[in-house]
Amino acid sequence: MGGVVVDALGESCPVPVIMLARAVAGVAVGTEVVVVSDDPGAALDIPVWCRMKNQTYLGEEPAPAGRRYRVRRAT
Amino acid sequence: MPRVYLDHASAAPWHPAALAATLHVATELPGDPARAHAEGRAARDLLEAARAAVAGALGAGAAGVAFTSGGTEAVHLAVRGVAASRPGRIVSSAVEHTAVHAAADATGAEHVLVGVDRLGRVDLDALAATLRGGAALVNLQHANHEVGTLQPVAEAAALCREAGALLHVDACQTAGRMPVDLAALGADLVSVSGAKFGAGRGIGALAWSPARASARCSPATSARGAAGRAWSTSPASPRWPRRCSRWAPGWRRRRRAATACAGACAAGWPRSPDVEVHGPDGVAAPHIVAASALYVEGQALLAELDRTGFAVHSGSSCATTSGEPSHVLVAMGALTHGHVRASLGPGVGEPEVDAFAAAVTAAVTTLRTRAGVAAG
Repeated sequence: MGGVVVDALGESCPVPVIMLARAVAGVAVGTEVVVVSDDPGAALDIPVWCRMKNQTYLGEEPAPAGRRYRVRRAT
Repeated sequence: MPRVYLDHASAAPWHPAALAATLHVATELPGDPARAHAEGRAARDLLEAARAAVAGALGAGAAGVAFTSGGTEAVHLAVRGVAASRPGRIVSSAVEHTAVHAAADATGAEHVLVGVDRLGRVDLDALAATLRGGAALVNLQHANHEVGTLQPVAEAAALCREAGALLHVDACQTAGRMPVDLAALGADLVSVSGAKFGAGRGIGALAWSPARASARCSPATSARGAAGRAWSTSPASPRWPRRCSRWAPGWRRRRRAATACAGACAAGWPRSPDVEVHGPDGVAAPHIVAASALYVEGQALLAELDRTGFAVHSGSSCATTSGEPSHVLVAMGALTHGHVRASLGPGVGEPEVDAFAAAVTAAVTTLRTRAGVAAG
């Protein structure tokens, strides 16, 4: 299943989380959405968003710019 | 509706009795309490009456109270005073006020932070494990300043006793609102702030347990050595006694009222979709209600509420724009954006609480609409 990548570089909180919510709403259950963000707040708030919205947080990893935050749509 | 002030946890309006006592000192008691003349004796008499009143209110010995310029100085006096007389590690919960962390860091001693659960309560197992490695002092707040969570102080005190560590309880958010008693808390030192509960600006106190009034934990001893006698003979301090004696009988009634208001206030939050209310039900300080709303920026929410007539505090600062997000929210694993803290006080009743709940809902909706996001 093809994933979706959201480029949130340069955006500060809460915009990366807003972009994530929009992207997840637009994909099928089971699809992975990756947010690329250089906002330190994303590291804190993306896992919390997943908990609040019952989505699956798969973790983060380094990216050429910022970090990649991996989420799978669960519901 | 006139503006609604909901930031009593930052600074509360002066209680009329505190104002009257301060005016009395300013106009009737010109003497330095350290002097032997009649004017000095009159000031000293009131100072010592104030000390006895505060000692009585906090369960300290008559000699176990030092007046300070406020909560921050009381905290520093406690932490630095103990560190100066007892070598060893300092242990603090991760959600202590910044003043506590700063004071501990300033001592140069090893400073160990202990984590908290989702509700902001210190992890007692982690505290016990940390204490097995030895500690001179543990810092644990009575109630958290950003989310209102009451800490398991008695349980922590038992662990401290077992480990031979002193326990300093920062009671800046609870003094004047709930019983704060050294013995009941099991604390060796308690720091309080007058500004938070109407005793006036520029006044605080550090109280220590009569059982621990020996040299090994007498912070005033080292403070006197470092800074002269100003710690305990501040001429500003006589403003306190009347407030203590007059407020004490009424606190239960006020606490019931505040708890009811806080409950109503919290009940209003979920009307905004995707809002997380912080802190536990029933074991939170009665005056603090806090929540975080998804998709809105905390400072923008504060500004929107300010524009519509409500003064609140936000612990959210975007790390990219105005510094670090609240270390309290980070430690709890809570949403760090969209945080708002409402803290209640005299003059905040049901109409104000209802209006605030409606205003928060409207403000969150406005900001989400502006950002082009619908919650749900």
